[in-house]
Amino acid sequence: MSAYTAPLKDMRFVLNELAGLAAVARLPGYQDTTPDTADAILEEAAKFATEVLDPLNYSGDQEGSNWNDGSVTTPRGFKEAYKLFCEGGWSALSLDPEWGGQGLPKLLSTPVTEMITSANMSFSLCPMLTQGAIEAMLLSGTAQLKKTFLPKMFDGTWTGTMNLTEPQAGSDLALVRTKAVRTGEHYLISGQKIFITFGEHDMTSNIVHLVLARTPDAPEGVRGISLFIVPKFMVKPDGSPGARNAANCASIEHKLGIHASPTAVMVFENAVGYLVGEENKGLAYMFIMMNAARFGVGLQGVSIAERAFQRALAYARERVQGRDLVEGTKAVPIIRHPDVRRMLMLMKSQTEAARALAYVVAASMDFSLKTTNKEEQKQHQAFVELMIPVVKGWSTETGTEVASLGVQVHGGMGFIEETGAAQHLRDARITTIYEGTTGIQANDLVGRKIAREGGVTIKAWLAVVSAFEKKELAKSQSADIKVIGQRLAAGVQAVSESVDFILATAGKDPNAAFAGAVPFLRLVGIVAGGWQMARAALVSEQKLLDKASDPGFYSAKISTARFYADQLLSQAPGLAATVTSGAASVMALAEDQFLAA
Amino acid sequence: MKVLVSVKRVVDFNVKVRVKADGSGVETANVKMSMNPFDEIALEEAVRLKEAGVATEIVAVSCGVQACQETLRTALAIGADRAILVESGEELQPLAVAKLLKAICQKEAPQLVILGKQAIDDDSNQTGQMLAALLGWSQATFASKVAMEKEKATVTREVDGGLETISIKLPAIVTTDLRLNEPRYVTLPNIMKAKKKPLETLKPETLGVDVCPRLITLKVVEPPKRKAGVKVADARALVEKLRNEAKVI
Repeated sequence: MSAYTAPLKDMRFVLNELAGLAAVARLPGYQDTTPDTADAILEEAAKFATEVLDPLNYSGDQEGSNWNDGSVTTPRGFKEAYKLFCEGGWSALSLDPEWGGQGLPKLLSTPVTEMITSANMSFSLCPMLTQGAIEAMLLSGTAQLKKTFLPKMFDGTWTGTMNLTEPQAGSDLALVRTKAVRTGEHYLISGQKIFITFGEHDMTSNIVHLVLARTPDAPEGVRGISLFIVPKFMVKPDGSPGARNAANCASIEHKLGIHASPTAVMVFENAVGYLVGEENKGLAYMFIMMNAARFGVGLQGVSIAERAFQRALAYARERVQGRDLVEGTKAVPIIRHPDVRRMLMLMKSQTEAARALAYVVAASMDFSLKTTNKEEQKQHQAFVELMIPVVKGWSTETGTEVASLGVQVHGGMGFIEETGAAQHLRDARITTIYEGTTGIQANDLVGRKIAREGGVTIKAWLAVVSAFEKKELAKSQSADIKVIGQRLAAGVQAVSESVDFILATAGKDPNAAFAGAVPFLRLVGIVAGGWQMARAALVSEQKLLDKASDPGFYSAKISTARFYADQLLSQAPGLAATVTSGAASVMALAEDQFLAA
Repeated sequence: MKVLVSVKRVVDFNVKVRVKADGSGVETANVKMSMNPFDEIALEEAVRLKEAGVATEIVAVSCGVQACQETLRTALAIGADRAILVESGEELQPLAVAKLLKAICQKEAPQLVILGKQAIDDDSNQTGQMLAALLGWSQATFASKVAMEKEKATVTREVDGGLETISIKLPAIVTTDLRLNEPRYVTLPNIMKAKKKPLETLKPETLGVDVCPRLITLKVVEPPKRKAGVKVADARALVEKLRNEAKVI
C-alpha cells in the first residue's frame, strides 16, 4: 500500500504564487511568517503527517473506535499519536497567542491541516472540533470560563466537541429541544444529542462539550437557543478534573466511513452547564464560527482528493495490464492507457484547482481579519462570504468524485478494502453531508450570498475574472493558455447568465431559482477553480520564460490547466443551461406521481 | 559543559538519487534536502544531555553553501542554542570539514563533539576520526550508548563482532550509530523560537583553513540494472553456477 507524500511543491507554489503568502506576512501580527519559517513549518508538519498519522489511517479504519459501557476506546496508536500531536504544538497553530496559540495566519495553517487530514482524516476531526469549541469560547465566554478551560484546550490536554444535532433537529436547528434550567450560577442540561464527533474517547482526561439548548422561557425557533459548556468531568479549583458530570455517551454510530472517529450519541441528565455569552444567542455564536467550520470541511475535500490521487497514481504505475495502443506488444503499466490517464488527470487537475481556491480564500480570511484598510477589509470579507459555500460544497463534491475515480483506477482491486482506495471514498462521503449538505451550501450561495444582496459580490468577482482573462491571459504567447482563456471567458459568461436568472426568479419563483442551486454551485466551483488554474498557468509560463529551476513542474502546471479547461471549464455552458432552463421539470411531478409503479 | 554538534545538509533519505547526465556527480537541483539522519541522532543525544543537566550549551555547526542555514535552523528548532555556518561554495571533502571543525573547536573549546558516523550522501565515515586526530583528542566512533561522567565518558560502540564498551577522556569526539537514540519531532513553538536564536556565518579564510579538494571525482555512475534471473534445473546446476559463474562459493 502506497504511503502519503505531502505535496509540498504544489503547496508552496499555491502559497507563494497564487495566494500571496508574502502579502499576508505583511499584515499586522503575522510578521513571523517569513518564507524560511513557513518552509520549516511545512516540512515538519509533512514529517509528522507521513510518519505518525498516515501509518494509522488504514488500521484505524479497520479497527474503528469501540464503545463499551459508556466508554470509547480509539484504535491502537491514536492515543500516542494524539499525545505527539499536542507535544508538537500543532493543536493551536493559528490560535490567539494570548492563550498559548502560535498566532499563525490561516493561509499557513491551511496546508498544515490539509496534510494532517490527508494522512488521517478520522484523526484530524478531533483537533478540528476542539478548535471550533475554542473559537466559540474565545468569542463569547466569560473571563472565568476562559481561564478554566482554554489553556487546557489550547495545548490539547482536553478536547472539545460541538453538540448541535438532535434526532429531530438536523439541518433545521430551530427544532432543538434539549433543556437548560438555571440553578444558581449554572444551568442543568437535559436532552439527547446525536452525531457528536469525538463525543467520548480515551485520548484525554477531560472533554469539554459545547451544547445548544433551550431555557424554559425561551422564544420558539432559532431565537430561543443558548450555548452552554458542559464538561465531562467537573473542574476542581486547582484546575484538575473532579467529579463526573451527567454527560454520558449512550452509544457510537456504525458508519460508512471515518471509522476511527467515534460519533457519539450523548445523553445529558441534569448535567451541569455554564452559559456562553447571553441566553438565546447560541445560534448567532454558531453562525460566527460557521465560515471557519465550513472552510475546514471544504479543505477535507482537497485532502481526501490528494490522498486518493496519490494512491491511484501509485497503482497505475505498478499495475501491468493490456498493451500500449501505439507501440506495444507486451503488457504495460496501466498509466499508459488513455482512459486511465484521463482519470488521473481529472483527479490531479481538480485537486490542484480546489487546493488553489481554498488557499486563496484562506488568504482573504487573513486579510478580512487583520488588514487596517477598511475598504480592503470589506472586499475580502465579501469574497470570503461568497466563496465559503463554494469551497465547502464544490471541494467536497470534487473530493468524493476524485475518491470514486480512485477506486475506478484500481479496477476490481479498488472494491477490495486491502488497497485502501475504498476507504478514501467511504471517508470522503461524509464531507458533502456534515456542516451543511451540498444542498444547504447551494441554497446559501443562491439565497443569502446572491439573491439577498442583488448579486453585487458575485458580479464584482466576475468582473475581476473577466478583466484577468482579457488583460492578462490574452497577452500570453502560449497556445494552451489561449484556449484556457477562451474556456474561462465562456465560464464567466455561463455564471453571469445564471446569476441574472437567479436574480430574476429568486423573489417571484423561488422554486425555479433553488431547483438549480446545486448545478449552479458546481458551475461557480468549476469556474472559480478554472480561474485559479489559469492564473497558475500564466505564472508558470513566466517561470519557464525566466528559466526558473524545475521547468518540469511548470510545464506540467500549464498542461494540467489546459486539461482542466478542456474537460471541466467546458462543462460551464451546459451547467448554465441546466440552471436557467432545467427548473420546471425538477418540480413537474405531483408527489403521488413518484409512487406510480 | 559545552557540546558541539556538526550537521550536514544532504539529499533527503526518501529521494531516489539520480546521477547527473555528464557523470560528474549526483543531481541536487530541485531535490529535497534535509539534515543527515546520523547528525539528527547526534543532535538528539546532545539535547538529551542538556535536558539531563549534563550539557549547558549546544552549538550546531554546518559547513557548506548558504542553504545550510535551513539545516541549522532545524538544528536550532530541535534544541541547539546557537549555530555557526562555515560558508563555502567549494566541494567540501572530509579532510576540509575536519580542519574547519578543528578551527571551530579551538575557538569554542567544547568538551564533547558529537558527529554522525557518516553522511548518507558520500558515506565517507572519515570526518569524526580525522577531527580527533587533528585535535589529538580521544574518540569513540559508532556509539550506541553514551554515559557521561566527570572528565570522562563511557561509550558503547557497535563493532563487527558485537558491542565494545570503552572509557574516554574528555574533551572527546563521539560519532553516532543508528541505535543511539530515536530523534524527536520538532515542535511548532520551537520552530518559532529557532528564528530568534543566533546564527553566525564564518568563512574558511577567516578560520585560516584551506579547503581545496584533495580528491578528484573521475566519474559517477548508476549501479548496474538488475538482470533477469534464470531458472536452474536442479541443485547441482545451482551449485555449479554459484561456483563458476557467480564465484561466491
